[in-house]
Amino acid sequence: MTIAQEQGTIPQVVPVEIGRPRGGPKEKRTLRTDRWWISPAVTATVLTSFVAYATFAAFQGKDYYVGAKMHRDLISPFYSPCIAESCQRVAGSHPLGIWASFWNFSPALLILIVPLGFRLTCYYYRKAYYRSFWQSPPACGVADGHRSYTGETRFPLILHNVHRYFLYLALLFNVVLTMDAVLAFNFPGQGIGFSVGTLVLCVNAALLWIYSVSCHACRHICGGQINEFSKHKIRYRLWKMITPLNARHMQLAWVSLVFVALSDLYVRLVASGIIHDYKIF
Amino acid sequence: MSEVTMNVWRGDSNGGNFEQYKLERVEGEVVLDVVHRIQATLAPDLACRWNCKAGKCGSCSAEIDGKPSLMCMTRMDTLPNDTITITPMKTFPIIKDLVTDVSFNYVMARQIPPFTPGDPEPDGTYRMQQVDIDRAQEFHKCIECFLCQDVCHVIRDHEVNKLYYAGPRFFVRLASLEMHPLDTVDRRALMREYLGLGFCNITKCCTEVCPEHIKITDNAIIPLKERVVDASYDPIAWLGRKIRRKSKTTAEEAYELAPARVAPTSLDGIPATAVEN
Ligand code: SF4
Ligand code: SF4
Ligand code: FES
Ligand code: FES
Repeated sequence: MTIAQEQGTIPQVVPVEIGRPRGGPKEKRTLRTDRWWISPAVTATVLTSFVAYATFAAFQGKDYYVGAKMHRDLISPFYSPCIAESCQRVAGSHPLGIWASFWNFSPALLILIVPLGFRLTCYYYRKAYYRSFWQSPPACGVADGHRSYTGETRFPLILHNVHRYFLYLALLFNVVLTMDAVLAFNFPGQGIGFSVGTLVLCVNAALLWIYSVSCHACRHICGGQINEFSKHKIRYRLWKMITPLNARHMQLAWVSLVFVALSDLYVRLVASGIIHDYKIF
Repeated sequence: MSEVTMNVWRGDSNGGNFEQYKLERVEGEVVLDVVHRIQATLAPDLACRWNCKAGKCGSCSAEIDGKPSLMCMTRMDTLPNDTITITPMKTFPIIKDLVTDVSFNYVMARQIPPFTPGDPEPDGTYRMQQVDIDRAQEFHKCIECFLCQDVCHVIRDHEVNKLYYAGPRFFVRLASLEMHPLDTVDRRALMREYLGLGFCNITKCCTEVCPEHIKITDNAIIPLKERVVDASYDPIAWLGRKIRRKSKTTAEEAYELAPARVAPTSLDGIPATAVEN
């Protein structure tokens, strides 16, 4: 029982006053004089470029796998785990070219649902696109681009609350992409080796792991939801490890995003014969 | 000696406009010093609120070149322009010149069920470990300047949301209570249904302006949002509660513990003028 309850003073009903006149000039969108629009403009440009490239790559439905003919086992991260039947014909020796026999389109369109959903519901990307595309708000102290606002309280934005489930799926995908990176050390007909392609897939998998682990939902589930850390030593240690990564979640989000596109581009260029995957040893 | 032009908002609830004051620049000054010099030499009736001049009382909040800031912590030499605009906090009703009525925040503060510990240990005391309270230390730095409330677009640009929105400062307060090892109240449903946690779209302006550098969004709001997911949106967590026969506190139950509650709880009955604003 709280003090106020003991004294029998509650609950007291108080009004919130709204509509009283405010200070400052009314008509102005902002009084900021710095170039506040740069950041949303850069965000919008990079995100749009990524989406454009990903759409292009996803609709190709070919050149995503470098196989035994070129003595490589490299698969684009956009097409892995390759769960469409068509993959089996292309990436025959590569594991996970299975199920989804109903799928007749480019396998990437099916696969990308998970990373897309993960990033779309990510707390950082939400900030990024709310600011740069939805203008809500475009920058701090700059007026919202919309007349009414309900935030994430209603459909569809309330669906962002599923983020942790996309995290679980993304972690599974990371396991598969890590297997892909391991398989990239295999050079069919030439034994074990290491090429630029191997490096690309290894770095890509590592970046995706760090990005996913630095996720806010991950931080919460690993330890953030606990109030008595002293009684949960292991979860506290996990939370302590994730916290500094989480502080860099934005940077990790960008680096991993750009790198995953570059990885696809690399595999695509090699697979289509435009460049040769240089074997380091 | 170079000159600076201070473009200061003068006015009250009946309206107002900018007045320009030209002054000499003095090395090492902060904006509040210049405002004081205006008061001393050019406009003795200029109203502004201040107290400590050390960034610790949270009184001198205003908007400098459109950015919510403490006047006493903004050095003049960090402002690139020769004309500097000072306006009162935009989100709160104006009283006079740079002074606003921040009582909205006190109403919101009273809606939060206070710290409520369980039964003490047999020796009549409470015990907790340092690691259990380290996390909340950051939240206790808040000086209640309400700059975060001011910059938050949820109420800055949408007055009507003031009816259902506690705001970042109080999410910080709620986080310190919810994460407290000894506290026994579950405020998750209350935050979701009445205090407007879902209105925040984590765009981080509160974090950008906080003079105490509290990572409001990352360390208070997002963890609270995740706790609300546990309570209301996660089927596995729901199943876990069923299996362990645990119940959660409803919003109404939690609200009973609060010192006060705000009057309207739905859009019905809001005066038309309010919605228009
Ligand atoms: S992060 Fe949320 S609380 Fe903070 S300013 Fe943005 S909308 Fe408001
Ligand atoms: S959280 Fe920061 S910005 Fe908000 S009232 Fe406290 S000190 Fe001011
Ligand atoms: S918060 Fe960004 S991935 Fe979860
Ligand atoms: S005068 Fe106290 S914070 Fe500025």
